[in-house]
Amino acid sequence: MKFTTAMKAVATASVFALMMSTAASAVTLQLHNGGDPRTLDPHKASGNWEDRPISDYIEGLMTLDPLGEPVLGQAASYDVSEDGLVYTFTLRDDAVWSDGTPVTAQDFVLGAQRLQDPATASSYAYLNHFIENAEAINSGEITDFDELGVKAIDDKTVEITLNAPTPYLLAALTHYTAYPVPSHVVEEHGEAWSQIDNLVANGPYVPVEWVPGSFIRSEKNDSYYDAANVAIDEVVYHITEDDNAALNRYRAGEFDILSSFPADQYQLLQDQYPGEAHVAPFLGVYYYVMNQESEALKDMNVRKALSISLNREVIGPDVLGTGELPAYGWVPPGTANYEGEQYMPDWASEDYGTRIADATALMEAAGYSADNPLNLQLRYNTNENHRRIAVAIASMWEPIHVRVELFNAEVGPHYDALQEGDFQIGRAGWLMDYNDASNMLDLLKSGTAQAGGNIAWGNNYGRYSNAEYDALLAQAATELDLVARAGMMHEAEAIAMDEFGVLPIYYYVSKWVISPRISGFEDNAVDRHLTRYLSKSE
Amino acid sequence: MLSYALRRVLSAIPVALIAITACFFILRLAPGGPFDQERALPANILRNLRAAYDLDQPLVVQYFLYLARLLRGDLGPSMVVQDFTVSQLLALGLPFSIMLGLVAFVIATAIGLLAGMIAAVTRNKWPDYVLVLVVMIGLVVPNFLMGSLLQLMFGVYLKWLPAGGWQPGSVAHLVLPVTVLAWPHAARISRLMRGSMIEVLGSNYVRTATAKGLGQRLILARHAIKPALLPVVSYLGPGLSYLLTGSLIVEQIFGLPGIGKYFINAALNRDYGLVLGTVILYMFLILALNLIVDLIYAWLDPRVRYR
Repeated sequence: MKFTTAMKAVATASVFALMMSTAASAVTLQLHNGGDPRTLDPHKASGNWEDRPISDYIEGLMTLDPLGEPVLGQAASYDVSEDGLVYTFTLRDDAVWSDGTPVTAQDFVLGAQRLQDPATASSYAYLNHFIENAEAINSGEITDFDELGVKAIDDKTVEITLNAPTPYLLAALTHYTAYPVPSHVVEEHGEAWSQIDNLVANGPYVPVEWVPGSFIRSEKNDSYYDAANVAIDEVVYHITEDDNAALNRYRAGEFDILSSFPADQYQLLQDQYPGEAHVAPFLGVYYYVMNQESEALKDMNVRKALSISLNREVIGPDVLGTGELPAYGWVPPGTANYEGEQYMPDWASEDYGTRIADATALMEAAGYSADNPLNLQLRYNTNENHRRIAVAIASMWEPIHVRVELFNAEVGPHYDALQEGDFQIGRAGWLMDYNDASNMLDLLKSGTAQAGGNIAWGNNYGRYSNAEYDALLAQAATELDLVARAGMMHEAEAIAMDEFGVLPIYYYVSKWVISPRISGFEDNAVDRHLTRYLSKSE
Repeated sequence: MLSYALRRVLSAIPVALIAITACFFILRLAPGGPFDQERALPANILRNLRAAYDLDQPLVVQYFLYLARLLRGDLGPSMVVQDFTVSQLLALGLPFSIMLGLVAFVIATAIGLLAGMIAAVTRNKWPDYVLVLVVMIGLVVPNFLMGSLLQLMFGVYLKWLPAGGWQPGSVAHLVLPVTVLAWPHAARISRLMRGSMIEVLGSNYVRTATAKGLGQRLILARHAIKPALLPVVSYLGPGLSYLLTGSLIVEQIFGLPGIGKYFINAALNRDYGLVLGTVILYMFLILALNLIVDLIYAWLDPRVRYR
């Protein structure tokens, strides 16, 4: 054997041995991540299955603690102006990208500009339209990006100017839309900066491998300022949309964490894996929209009858089996900046039999009877749970002279029909983007007039409209006193609910399964859980 | 034989163009679009998105833009899986789907042929009954149920095999997906082979060979197998294209990185570019496989060439 060949063999064996020893000691988290991520670019992402790998590799000015509360991230400190319109953040001295380049204020400015750049075509750009000139830049009215209200005062200071006081700003900065981008990598690779081979991270992990349809693998970023406290060395985000298959793999010991599970397996989990299934409320509402332009549903008494005859108490425990909380109001419990009592109508405490009798009377007063029932079409998007709920609710409405035709469609055409107003009753759901009541209440604001005489109703699919409601929300948007602001929003919520502008059914719950080997996982209202807080015992 | 093959290849070109055109326009006529989602997008953002993918152009212009790009070998961007182009996605998924499909095909064909022959030779005896029962399980139990049952049995309870996922080079990770994929295919082949073989074994020339005193093995090898294979061969082409393209459920259940699920997900999400890309790829595979089968058929039965 030649000397060089022998040396190569020794070197290869050494590297292999080193890899083996590293592999043996590395702690790998096997995480079921649900759907197939569409992108690792924070400004093009839109789902929580993208948020998990992204929020593990990029960190914003603010980040989340294990309980989902905003805490300082890449920022070391911040100041707020007296009028609540200008926030000044100072970056940490030890904030660096994984290639050793320091994180600068310019990275945040570029991130914010890129989000609003029409060429980026970010579908969530509107979430940050509270920033000065953001909406105008995004719509192309302003083409000079330097007019955006996010500026670099110097390398380590970022200034954000808002249109109006935004009490949820710190929470909004934890969202991936507010994340920075590595300017030096974007300069070098352009839009390909977020491809797996080009990525650099300022968060606790760096994605290193992506097999579409199968998994994304990230490794610990040793340049992260808090790397010493990061216990998991490697995370594999497994792509498995079939919840039953994912549960089988958890039971086979292949997954440490499931990010969802089939509702009908909840009992099995409780019996066979006590304490491992985590079902906890989080910020979102499952609801039916009632088209206020539909002849029958214009009548508030009909809408009231439909709402009070709905037995919400059985939906979560019996129809779904996972104990979702019944929703009588619009803003979920646990919402931030929302001091005051939760909305609860008087009729909610009445005996269900009485409610059915009242609802029947209301329907009969509206001209409907057993011989002349109200025929309604109920649209829902394809999903076994949506179907079960629709069937249950249709049977609840039968005694009050309502005959329901169920109509299901794929998610795209379903929401297309809702947005077009082409429905009578439609299933919808809203998971809050940031923890503030305005994110729910804005859904019921009146539409705005567009060129050509159209009205853009946005996500207000039912076309609910009340001038007093709109005025209260407009007033709340500029109110600095958080208690007074909450009061205005409570008043607005009561108006919409008393008019049965929408039909809330239940508050969402998050459904995780956590292996006993994992510690550090905390249920939280925003249902976001950063890997950096987790640890795994062998 | 060469001119026959050439004729077949040339006749595939207009078929491909018609299929692409039909798919392009049918997709656009379907309700919904690639940017429909639970949350209504503000008008300006929707405008930005549509402009980014040429969807703001008239439909005919979009069609010719697509064809022009296609001629340059560019399948365009995926409108939904944004970090990859359609070509990149297909290039990443195709080798795995082909590998999975081919392994399943080879195993299913070998087992199917052998089982069919054994069942035919032992007709109405216990090996025949057992094989018919096993075949029926493969045909009757849907693959999503079969996948879950096998995961539970071999992954969860016995822990002999991985319940899902994929590691390059790991044979263990392939066992359950291949079984689910191959079983119904093997079942169909064995049924075809059994029926065909029974027919051949009852034919005059086999009776003559038996009367001449030839042994059963010799009769099978020399006189029965080749003619009995004809109906099986005509199934192999569609069967292989089914295995290469129909692994959607298997890929979903086992979390495998093939292209099967892209097709359905892309169709559901109205990802026009990815749907067209997968259709073109599948079409190419199906045309190529059918051509190969026809050539084999022509070799087995020369009369075919001259029709």
